[in-house]
Amino acid sequence: MIPAAFDYEVADSAAHALSLLAEHGEDAKVLAGGHSLLPMMKVRLAQPAVLIDIARVAELSGIQIAGTEVVIGATTRHAEVAGSPLLQAEAPLLAYAAAQVGDPQIRHRGTIGGSLAHADPSADLPMALLALGGSVEITGPSGARVVGADDFFVGPFESVLQPDELLTAVRVPRGGSAPWGYQKFVRRANDWAIVGVAAYDGRVALASMGGTPLRALATEEALRSGASIDEAAALAAEGASPGYDFHADIEYREHLARVLTKRALEGKTG
Amino acid sequence: MEIKLTVNGTVRSDEVEPRLLLVHYLRESLGLRAANVGCDTTSCGACTVLLDGESVKSCTVLAVQANGRSVTTAEGVTEADGSLGVVQTAFREQHGLQCGFCTPGMVMAASSLLAENPHPTEQEVREGLEGNFCRCTGYHNIVRAVLAAADKLSDGHADSAGGGAVAGGAARISA
Repeated sequence: MIPAAFDYEVADSAAHALSLLAEHGEDAKVLAGGHSLLPMMKVRLAQPAVLIDIARVAELSGIQIAGTEVVIGATTRHAEVAGSPLLQAEAPLLAYAAAQVGDPQIRHRGTIGGSLAHADPSADLPMALLALGGSVEITGPSGARVVGADDFFVGPFESVLQPDELLTAVRVPRGGSAPWGYQKFVRRANDWAIVGVAAYDGRVALASMGGTPLRALATEEALRSGASIDEAAALAAEGASPGYDFHADIEYREHLARVLTKRALEGKTG
Repeated sequence: MEIKLTVNGTVRSDEVEPRLLLVHYLRESLGLRAANVGCDTTSCGACTVLLDGESVKSCTVLAVQANGRSVTTAEGVTEADGSLGVVQTAFREQHGLQCGFCTPGMVMAASSLLAENPHPTEQEVREGLEGNFCRCTGYHNIVRAVLAAADKLSDGHADSAGGGAVAGGAARISA
C-alpha cells in the first residue's frame, strides 16, 4: 500500500513548523514518528497534500521537571518515555502506559504528541493523560495555550487542536507516590485495548468505552464518598457509551470496564 | 527529493519520491531483499530493519525520514566474508526458522533487543519480539535462538564475530 503523493517539508524549529502550517493550512499534516498518520495515508484515509516533518526539531523533544509538573516534548518517543528514570520516578503511570503502546518497533518511532493529537479513544496515552489530569501545550498563530486533558479530546480521532496549531509539549503532575493502576485488555499482541483502565490518585480513565477517552465519574464520586473499591468499580461503566465490534459487544465491554477498574484501583498492572 | 543515508555501512544517495516507503527503497531501489513486506500494516514485523541502531518497521517509515541516518538490514549483519552473523547463526543452530519469511525481521528485532538488553530473560525475549509474527508459530525455537545469541555475545564471541549483532554492525557502519 502506497500513500497518495504529497510534498514533504522538513521543519528546523517549532516556529518554522508553524509558518509552514500557516502557509499550507488544512492541506498539511504534521509528521513526527508517523505511526498513526502513515498507516492512515497508506489506506488513503488521509491524503494530505503536504507533510511537515517535525521529528528533527530538537526543541520539541525531551523530558524535564518544571515546578510541580513533568514536561515532555511532543516528539519524545514512546521508548524514551517508557525508559525515562525521571518519569518512572515522578509519573510511573505515564512511563508504564508508554511501554504498553504497540510493540518495540512502534515505540522506537511513535511519539507522545503524535499519539495524543491522533486522539484514538482506544489508545494508551490519551487514557493515561486523562487519568493523570495532565495537559497539553499548543502553539498557534495567536500564541500558546495549555489545554487540560478533560477538554482536549472532543470525539473519535478529534481534539481541539486546530489545523494551524502545533502540539508542542505534554504536562503531567509530579506524583511518584500517588497510588495508580493500569489495565489493558487485549486478545492479540500489539493490539489496541478492547477496554483499558488507568487509575491515578482517585481519578479513573477508560479507553474504548466511548468516542473519546472517558472519566469514570461515578466511580470517582463513589470513592470520594468512602465507597469500597468493589462498590466504586461496579459503577465504572455508568455514563460510558462503548461501541461493539468483532472483539466485544457493549455488554461485555461494560463488564470489562467494571472488572478492570477494580483491578486498576487495587494498584494492579497488566 | 534527494536523500543521503548509510545502508549497511555504505553511503547511498538517491532521488526519491517523498511517498516512497523505506522498505520499497531498500528492496526495489537498492536490491536488498531481506526485509519482507508481510502485513504492510505495522503489525507483523517482517520488514523490521535498524534505523540508527533501533528496530523499526520499514513499511511504516518513509525513505525521506531516513535521510541522514543509518539503516541496517539483515544483509548488513553477516560477517565480512558473507557468512552468517552471531544472531543468524543462533537461529540456524537452534532451528529458529521454518518457512523463513519472518526470519530477517526476527533477526533484526532480536539484534535491537540484545543491544538494549544484552542479558534478557526468556520472558523479556518473548515480550521483546512482540512486534514480530511467525505464521509457522515456531516461537519456542526463535526464543531459544535469541537466548543462545545472547550467551554467545556475552561470552566475548562478539569481538571475533564482527557484525553479529548491532554493536558489530554499528562498528562497521562507522568504520
